[in-house]
Amino acid sequence: MERIMLAHGSGGRLSHELILNLFQKHLGNPYLNQMNDAALVPGREQIAVTTDSFVVSPLFFRGGDIGKLAICGTVNDLAVSGAIPKFITLALILEEGLLMEDLERIIKSIAETAAEAGIVIISGDTKVVERGSADKVFINTTGIGYITNRLVGPEQIRPGDEILITGTIGDHGIAILSEREGLEFQTPVLSDCAPLNKLIDTFYLPGVKCMRDPTRGGVATTLNELAQQAGVSMLLKEEFLPLSPSVESACEMLGLDPLYLANEGKALVIVRPEVAEEVLMKMQAHPLGQNATRIGQVQEGKSGLVLLETFLGGKRIVGMLEGEHLPRIC
Amino acid sequence: MKKTSKELMARASILLTEIKSLAQSPFTIMEVCGTHTVAIAKNALRELLPSTVRLVSGPGCPVCVTASGDIDRYLYLAAQKNVLTATFGDMIRVPGTEKNLQELRAEGADIRVVYSTQDALELARQNPNKEVVFLGIGFETTVPTVAVSLEIAKREGIKNYSVLSMHKVVPPVLKLLAEDNELVVDAFLDPGHVCSIIGIEPIKFMAQDYGKPGVVTGFEALDILEGIVMLLRQRAEGRSDIEIQYHRVAKPEGNPQAKMFIERVFEPVDAYWRGIGLIRQSGLGIREEYRLWDAVQKFSLPVFDSRETPGCRCGDVLRGIIYPTQCPLFGKHCTPMKPVGPCMVSTEGSCAAYHRYAQRSVD
Repeated sequence: MERIMLAHGSGGRLSHELILNLFQKHLGNPYLNQMNDAALVPGREQIAVTTDSFVVSPLFFRGGDIGKLAICGTVNDLAVSGAIPKFITLALILEEGLLMEDLERIIKSIAETAAEAGIVIISGDTKVVERGSADKVFINTTGIGYITNRLVGPEQIRPGDEILITGTIGDHGIAILSEREGLEFQTPVLSDCAPLNKLIDTFYLPGVKCMRDPTRGGVATTLNELAQQAGVSMLLKEEFLPLSPSVESACEMLGLDPLYLANEGKALVIVRPEVAEEVLMKMQAHPLGQNATRIGQVQEGKSGLVLLETFLGGKRIVGMLEGEHLPRIC
Repeated sequence: MKKTSKELMARASILLTEIKSLAQSPFTIMEVCGTHTVAIAKNALRELLPSTVRLVSGPGCPVCVTASGDIDRYLYLAAQKNVLTATFGDMIRVPGTEKNLQELRAEGADIRVVYSTQDALELARQNPNKEVVFLGIGFETTVPTVAVSLEIAKREGIKNYSVLSMHKVVPPVLKLLAEDNELVVDAFLDPGHVCSIIGIEPIKFMAQDYGKPGVVTGFEALDILEGIVMLLRQRAEGRSDIEIQYHRVAKPEGNPQAKMFIERVFEPVDAYWRGIGLIRQSGLGIREEYRLWDAVQKFSLPVFDSRETPGCRCGDVLRGIIYPTQCPLFGKHCTPMKPVGPCMVSTEGSCAAYHRYAQRSVD
């Protein structure tokens, strides 16, 4: 079985073959095929730039893999900022001994996801480190997007605005946890990992004021950040929170709060109340937004305070995630 | 999304109406179990109850009542070369005198979070050159699986597996609370999961000898409201019994097989409860037949001093004498990120629950 060896990162023949037979084969495009130290790409006066690193374990999980995650994470950061994602650079840190077929699976997945999102990989780098110095594959990406006239950001948020989410919450967090710990649920939970730029293109209209993708730290942490930045309070309704039955029962069993679980294919969208219905309908018409729903409202009140009204009508604080999110012990 | 939420709300409103009509005079209820504490805070139940019904938290978070000497002892063990510590996640951030497991791990100690004792046994099988020590913390609920792991280790001759037992049992601390003059508690929400193991016989004395009625209660918001209704009905009818609300899990006789496992492997020992003190026969030690798998014997572990942190009032919180917010350290020197006392560390600790869900005024 072919494995990654230190020589694959040496810059010599093996490196060359790896680039030719794997990266260029699957990811090749006119920019990448320039095969220069830097790719020349069409630009604009102002661009949006983001960078992100991916170290997920396990590499492959239900609903995705580290490659898909890297592209989605980068595309989504650009898209929720109001930019049109265009280009991505891809830097791989590989552990000696990695199975070549695993690497190929990841690269193919990157190619598929890039095609789905309509972005181009324009530059890359590969390093191989000794066994034990990294965990199989680490990926770093930089994303470049074109700025649009979409005016979004927390400074736009005002009391009275509606808080929408494009679908069920917590799926990625539970998918990874169950994979990592070998927990089996009757209906396996799939990661929601998906590029959101096409979905956002379909629902965006003036009146959409702010978008964020609630990844690590979950919906709770993202809304806390927004509430602080905007100097407003927010009220969520527990009965509106969209949960898949598997995530709900997994959370009950493990003592986890879905509001703190990671999502990799969801956007929190804050809109003017008058356009909420229209935005929701547009979301729901897209395959990635079928379960989109309104989960709460922006309110006047203590800056940064996020509250949840429970099923029974009591209100409790939804704070930031503190430390690691750990299951209970009894 | 949730089809049942309307039914839930309707049922809750019926229960709350009954609570209001029954609670004409003050009634203080202690929820013994940490999982109850979290469910009450998470569902903001206090806000829905009439002011006459007071809920106070009890000593039922196993991490919280683990003595600081026990914590220092397992930290000492975890720092030993060749030791692989397997622990439930809640222990990772619990502060010892100098550091915690998370810091030891960053310094190079081999510490793994596991979800079951089976995972810990598997680690022992996979790492024959390491000494795998499972940190046994918890009440009767978790003890049976630990007992089973020791039986398997003995049967299969897995010599590099051992358990550091800091397990505790619930009935003795209930007795202590019932005899505590400072404590003003009228009735108890008894722990649903513990009683699903031990049954109600071991806690009947609370109702019969001390006149403190109890209801073995589940962990959903509706369970808790129903438990409160059942306690108030007992008062209205002048009864003092131990009843079961959590029928779907807890049976009066408990789980005989689980009890048998506990008895085969463990024996009652005196144990020190953080903030409360030494309680006779309230801990579980590993029996002589399993001494080869008892970490205390295997590593000849020294005994560490159990000192309480100055200013920390976890002890009063654990006995329901003060609310977490009444501790001078709460939210200032003691937060979930930098916990001083154990009640702030565990997600099931009452201070952590208050801090997370209700610390700031909700207005």
